[in-house]
Amino acid sequence: MRVWTQFVGATLAATLLSGPALADGPLKAEVIHWWTSGGESAAVKVFADAYDKAGGQWIDSAIAGGEQARTAGINRIVGGNPPTMMQFNTGKQLDELVKNDLLANLDAEAAAGKWKDVLPPAILAASMRDGHFYALPVNIHGQNWLWYNKKVFADAGLDEPKTWSDVIADGPKLKAKGVIPLAHGGQSWQDHILFDAVLAGEGGADLYLKVYGKDAQAAIADPKFKHVSEVYAQLRDLMDPGMPGRNWNDATAMVITGKAGMQVMGDWAKGEFLAANETAGKEYGCVVPGEGGYVMGGDVFVFPKLKDADGTAAQAKLAKLMFDPAVQVAFNMKKGSVPVRTDADSAGMDICAQKGMASLKDPAKQLPSTSYLISPDENGALNDVITQYLNTPAEKADDFIAKFAAAVKSAS
Amino acid sequence: MVDVAATSAPQAWLRARSRLLSQLPAAIALLPAAAAVVFVYIGALAWTVRLSFSSSKMLPVFDFVGLNQYQRLFGTERFVVSTWHILVFGILYIAGSLIIGFLLAVFIDQRVRLEGVFRTIFLYPYAMSFIVTGLVWQWFLNPELGLQKTVRDLGFPSFSFDWIVDQDKVVFTLVIAAIWQSAGLVMAILLAGLRGVDAELWKATRIDAIPTWRVYVSIILPILTPMLATVSILLAVAVAKLYDLVVAMTKGGPGLSSEVPAKFIMDNFFERSNVGLGAAAATILLISVASILAPWIYAEHIRPQRVRK
Repeated sequence: MRVWTQFVGATLAATLLSGPALADGPLKAEVIHWWTSGGESAAVKVFADAYDKAGGQWIDSAIAGGEQARTAGINRIVGGNPPTMMQFNTGKQLDELVKNDLLANLDAEAAAGKWKDVLPPAILAASMRDGHFYALPVNIHGQNWLWYNKKVFADAGLDEPKTWSDVIADGPKLKAKGVIPLAHGGQSWQDHILFDAVLAGEGGADLYLKVYGKDAQAAIADPKFKHVSEVYAQLRDLMDPGMPGRNWNDATAMVITGKAGMQVMGDWAKGEFLAANETAGKEYGCVVPGEGGYVMGGDVFVFPKLKDADGTAAQAKLAKLMFDPAVQVAFNMKKGSVPVRTDADSAGMDICAQKGMASLKDPAKQLPSTSYLISPDENGALNDVITQYLNTPAEKADDFIAKFAAAVKSAS
Repeated sequence: MVDVAATSAPQAWLRARSRLLSQLPAAIALLPAAAAVVFVYIGALAWTVRLSFSSSKMLPVFDFVGLNQYQRLFGTERFVVSTWHILVFGILYIAGSLIIGFLLAVFIDQRVRLEGVFRTIFLYPYAMSFIVTGLVWQWFLNPELGLQKTVRDLGFPSFSFDWIVDQDKVVFTLVIAAIWQSAGLVMAILLAGLRGVDAELWKATRIDAIPTWRVYVSIILPILTPMLATVSILLAVAVAKLYDLVVAMTKGGPGLSSEVPAKFIMDNFFERSNVGLGAAAATILLISVASILAPWIYAEHIRPQRVRK
C-alpha cells in the first residue's frame, strides 16, 4: 500500500507545514511551476525578472514533472497553505478546484487587461468557468505540428507533405533511401497526440470537436471516424521497431540527425532543433497536415484564494504583468510557444511561430487540445485505448472504435 | 528455583507485577510504532476502501455510489490485462529467483576460490534501485541500441532479440530484469542457511554414499525451509508493489502489454484525477494480497499455537 502511504504522507506533510505567512518588505509571490528544462527555465525567468523589477519578490518553487508539481500544489491548496500562484495545463485540470471554491476570481484583472478582446475564443473559454475568469493563460502550444528534415526530403525528391495521404505516400520513398519515415515516441500520450493530429487533419475540425464534445457517441459512429482510424493504423508502417517507450526528444533527435524523416509533436520540439543550432525553414520544416486546423494546448496560472491582503495584492500585480504584451512576447520566444494575445507582435518570431500566430487570427482554424475538452480521466482512458490500437497490428479499426466509444462512455 | 505449583498467591501477584513493570518501557517504546500502524496503515486502508465506494475525482468526496467504480474497473481492459501480467510475472519471478538464487548459493558453497568476489558480484544488482535496473535493461534490450544491434553489427544480421517491443513477450523481459536484480539477495540468504548446516550431516551422507545433488534436494532444502519462506515473502512483496521497474523499462507498453495494477493505481490517483477508480483498484489489490497471505499466516502462526495447546 505504498501508494497510499505516499498520498496520505504528502497530504499530512502539506497540512503540518502550513502556517501563517507574514509579509514584510516587497510583495512576495511564491510560484509553483514545472518549467525546469533549459529553455523552460529561461522562459519563466522572464516573468520572474519582470515581477522583481516591478518591486515584487518572486519566490520560485519549480517542481520537475507536471504531474508531481500539480499534486504538490493541489495538496498545499487543500491543506490550507496555498502558493500565490500555480501552473496548470490549459483545460479541465482545474475544474474541481473551481467547484470547491478554492481559486480566486480574476474578473477585475480580466476587465482591466481587456482579456476578452485579445484572447482567441478557445483560450477564452478555457480560462472561464460559469462566466467568471479563474485562470490566466500565458501561452499556446500547437500540438499537431509535423516536423521534417529538409535535407532528407530533398535527397528523396519529396515536397513538403500537405496532407496525411502525402505523409503515408512518402513513407516507401523515404524507406528506399534507408531512412525511417516517421520518428515516433511510443508512449501513450504521444500516441494520443498523433491520433489527434490525424483526427483533425483527416476528419476535419467538425468531427474533432464532436468526438471530444457532448455528442461523442454519434461522432464516433460516423464513417469518417473509421476512415481516421484506418489512416492512423497505416502510420504503423512508417515507424521503426525501436519505437515503444521512446522519449519524444529522442525521436526529435532522429529527425535532426537525418536518421528519420518526420515527427509529429508539439512545438516544444523546437527547443531541440534550437539546441542543435538549426533554424526553422532552413534545416527543418514545419507543417500542419490536413485542413482541420491548429490543435492548441498551453499553460495557465491559477491564483488560489488567499487570506492575507499582501498575497492578494501580489496576485493582482502578477496577473497584470504577465499579460503585458511585451512580457508575453519575450516569454514565448524563449518558451517556443505562441503568445495568447492575438495582438502580440510576431515580427521577431521564427516562421513556425508566425504560421501559428497566423492561424490564431482565424477562429475557424483553432482547435482546443483534448485537455480543454475532456477530463483527465477520459483523456487517460483514451490514451490506453489508442496506444493499444497503435501497438497491436492485429486490432481491427472496428474493434478500436468500439473500445473508444466504451472508454468515452465509462469516463463521462 | 521455586516450584511453580508451590508458589503462594501473593508471590505470584508480585511476580506478575514485576514482569509487567519490566515490560513497561518496552511497551512505551513500541507505542509510536503501534500508533503509526493503527493511524497511518489501518487508517489509510479504511479510507481507501471508503473512497472506492465514492465518486471521487481529483479531490476525495464522501458520497456513496455503490459498486460503480468496481463495475467500471472490471470493464476496463487495462486493469484486466494488468492482473494477468502481474500473475504471470509473479509466478515466473518468484520461481526463477528462488531457483537461480539457490543454484548460485550452492555454487558458492562449494568453497570456490575468490568466493568473496563472486558473492559481491552476485549481490551487487540488489544494491541498485528498480529504476536503475529498469533503465539499464531498457537500453540493453532496445533492438535499436542494445544487444540486438551489437550482435548484428558483429556480423550476424539475422540475429533477433526484440522481446521488449513484442507485445507477447515484454512481460518476460520484466521477469528477466527483476530476477537479475533479486537472485543475489536470494543467494545471500540461502547461503547463510547452507553455512548453518551441520558438517556432521555432510559426513554422514558421504558415508552413506548419497549423491550430492540428492543431498541438496532431499536433505538440505528441507533444512532451508524457514529461509525459503522468508525469501518468498520478500519476493512476493516486490511483486505486489511492482511499479518502478515497469515505469523505467517499458512505461506499460507496447500498448498495454506490460501494464501492472500498481501503475494503474498510481496513474488514476495522480495523473488522471480519478481517486475513486484508483481506490477501487487498490482495494482489489489488497484483497488479492490478503487472500494469498491468509492461508500462510494461518499455517505459520495460528495453527501451531492450537497444536501446542
